[in-house]
Amino acid sequence: MSEKTSNRRVLAEYVYQPPAVVHGYAGQTLYVNVSDNTITARPVTEEMKQKFIGGRGFDLWLLWHGVKDNTQWNDPENEIVISSGPIGGITQYPGSGKSLVAAISPLTDIVVDSNVGGHFGPLLKFAGWDAIEVQGKAPTEVIVVVDGVNGRVTIEEAPDAPVDTHRLGHWLIEQLAESEEDRYFISTVSSGTGAEHTRIGCLNFSFYDRRRKAPRFKQAGRGGIGTVLRDKRVKALVVKSPPVRGDSDRPADPQRVAQAGMRLHKEIHDYDDSQCRMRHRGTSYLVKIMNDYDLLPVHNFRFGSHPDADKINGDVWEARFTQGMVDGCWYGCTLACSHAVDDYTVRTGPYKGEKVIVDGPEYETIAGVGSNCGIFNPDDILEINFYCDTYGIDTISFGTLTAFVMECYEAGVLDKEKTGGLELRFGNSAAAIEMLHQMGRGEGFGRIAGQGIRRMKAYFAEHFGADPAFLQDIGMEAKGLEYSEYVSKESLAQQGGYGLTNKGPQHDEAWLIFMDMVSNLLPTFEDKAEALHYFPMFRTWFGLVGHCKLPWNDIVPPDNRQTDEPAKIPEHVRNYVDLFSGVTGREITKEDLITMSEAVYNFQRVFNLRLGRGRREHDAIPYRSMGPVTVAEYESRAERYDKQLCEVLNLDPTKMSTEEKLAALRKHREEQYERLKDAVYQRRGWTRDGVPTVETLRRLGIDYPEVVAVVQRHLR
Amino acid sequence: MKVLSFSPELCVGCHICEEVCSDTWFKTTDAAKSSIRILDDGGEHLRAVFCVQCGECIDVCPTKAISRDRNGIVRIQKKLCVGCLSCVGFCPYLAMFYHPDQTEPFKCIACGKCVKECPADALEIVEAETPALSVTEQWAARV
Repeated sequence: MSEKTSNRRVLAEYVYQPPAVVHGYAGQTLYVNVSDNTITARPVTEEMKQKFIGGRGFDLWLLWHGVKDNTQWNDPENEIVISSGPIGGITQYPGSGKSLVAAISPLTDIVVDSNVGGHFGPLLKFAGWDAIEVQGKAPTEVIVVVDGVNGRVTIEEAPDAPVDTHRLGHWLIEQLAESEEDRYFISTVSSGTGAEHTRIGCLNFSFYDRRRKAPRFKQAGRGGIGTVLRDKRVKALVVKSPPVRGDSDRPADPQRVAQAGMRLHKEIHDYDDSQCRMRHRGTSYLVKIMNDYDLLPVHNFRFGSHPDADKINGDVWEARFTQGMVDGCWYGCTLACSHAVDDYTVRTGPYKGEKVIVDGPEYETIAGVGSNCGIFNPDDILEINFYCDTYGIDTISFGTLTAFVMECYEAGVLDKEKTGGLELRFGNSAAAIEMLHQMGRGEGFGRIAGQGIRRMKAYFAEHFGADPAFLQDIGMEAKGLEYSEYVSKESLAQQGGYGLTNKGPQHDEAWLIFMDMVSNLLPTFEDKAEALHYFPMFRTWFGLVGHCKLPWNDIVPPDNRQTDEPAKIPEHVRNYVDLFSGVTGREITKEDLITMSEAVYNFQRVFNLRLGRGRREHDAIPYRSMGPVTVAEYESRAERYDKQLCEVLNLDPTKMSTEEKLAALRKHREEQYERLKDAVYQRRGWTRDGVPTVETLRRLGIDYPEVVAVVQRHLR
Repeated sequence: MKVLSFSPELCVGCHICEEVCSDTWFKTTDAAKSSIRILDDGGEHLRAVFCVQCGECIDVCPTKAISRDRNGIVRIQKKLCVGCLSCVGFCPYLAMFYHPDQTEPFKCIACGKCVKECPADALEIVEAETPALSVTEQWAARV
């Protein structure tokens, strides 16, 4: 790739011979330091492959060695690490192109990890690198370019490069592609101006859409990694690889991989239309189901349904998305859920009047910036989706924190004076959109809101005299990260699913709401504890190997219900065994999927401890996630709650005031959550304080001296 | 456009069509490398599976490797194919075939070799109407 403009200036260059990928691994990782312009190669050891597999495992292992015990998110030592995984980059099986990102988070001050689509991770592997670490802080704005065609890594000043993703993505392709075909195998990682002024910055990972002839973007949303990228003064990471082929991963048994792929393609062809309709409407199918089961977040998780939910449900989005396009975010994903609204005319802000492609919206965005904020106009959701993406802001954190702000406004904690004129009531989309633009500009109330709910709570208590207990109850964050968009109030299993995660309340680890509330499969504590062991471990596995979990359970074989464990989708579990064994040549069993994940999961828990958190007290959750905070909430489900008081607690609700009932229910639910912690910690092989025991570390083969040293500080 | 057509009542089950096809395109006689398959479902007549050029695979291919040539025949450009096998899974006739010896799938392109060699005149090339434009083709026409 030649420098097309003279103001791109190479600061450092590293020339290499891209190794051939063998059985899913390139065999080396790339280290880039933008403070001192060091670029080196590090070997991938057998130990790394055995214990940490790839993906999130490699990210955590490399990050552990890169940072110190007291590294803060904005220290130069913090790293952004990105890796696909050994079965990432195959083309035959749906969902095979994911990348895993990790960094110390500006929201939680512990490690956040994110599973994201787009082409970057797999192309990075085919460019010769199993992972990339970016450390340091650049003195001037830079881009990092990994050219796997010519064997060259460069750190370059790029003063002309835009910052906001929809502009930067196009600019980079214009700069670096010599032809239309060149564009196919370029992928970029970028953020935006919104990430610079908030803690909720996201990363945008591109893939080139050959039909639309434009880049598309998937988001590594959670935890503020975009804020870290911009803090390092990195505008973008770019990779260019040789053309992708069906055997680029050089699988040990290509036929085994191909057979699994063809099975799932056929299953999707035959059944997606009558199941979730992912190919037509993506994750938006969830809106109606959540609303029907009273699980859709409305007005800051106060309620679970709304009469206007049909204005933003899957039928509406199916009509807005361009149909018949190949909307997979990696080759061969026939679940194809990455839909877009084409030719959307931007209505507000700095890009007003532009015709753009809006990537999405996904369910989380619809529920987060939509129903949770009382916004039921699809065009408002599209406007917010577009600007969050280009500004590099996580739609989930934006949605949940805006809902919090709106409840504070309606409760009188905020007013027009405090918000600088923004009347942030539920449903006021214009005010929400303007607040988003303030985040982009780094001005006004948007700066305060963009700090996230945890810091807003402290700020409102200190500066506005707000009641900290009330804010604590309604502020839907845990560990410092905003909740994603499911009402966990009536599901103890999902409360644990959110509260007992490593990174914060993100549904990546556990999505047990359906199993619990719709299918009633988790009646006892033991059932819940077992589910909170199996499913986080199983779901973690996708992040070790570079895969998407949606093809695991957003499509099911027709006979799944007749299997002995339908919630696990046994036939698909067998597919994943075939894929891993088929690519790596390492024969595994389905039980091994869990053990692999346990090692990485426990390593991450110890990493949290190392950074000063990771204990029982840090698994606390706000009461809004467990039960009704306000009288209005209680009364919206009075029958259900009265019944519980009666049947479970032997109380007579007819003789109690609503306040008394609220208090009794709260005491019960808080006790239940503590009991759940006990059951889950025990199942996971942790102490009552939530610390992995040395025996557990030994069993999992991660009892390295420095790891044991961390837990021993906490074992009494 | 031209398309292959089969008369089940004439077929004698000799499988010569499969040998000729695989020999023509893969230089080996192996039914697993034939783009026509003669199958016995246990009924009165045998059933033939081959591509009828419906074009549904065009909209499933992530790399636009599948397109109609100037004769309306649906062709795979191997150079563009990434071997994802989406087309194999999505073919309504199960007429897109995969063999482990190569990453790209293969299908009937109505070359007519099997027609010539069929001893029972059970195969012929007929003229058929080219189906409506796929979404891919419509988007390619967009400025």
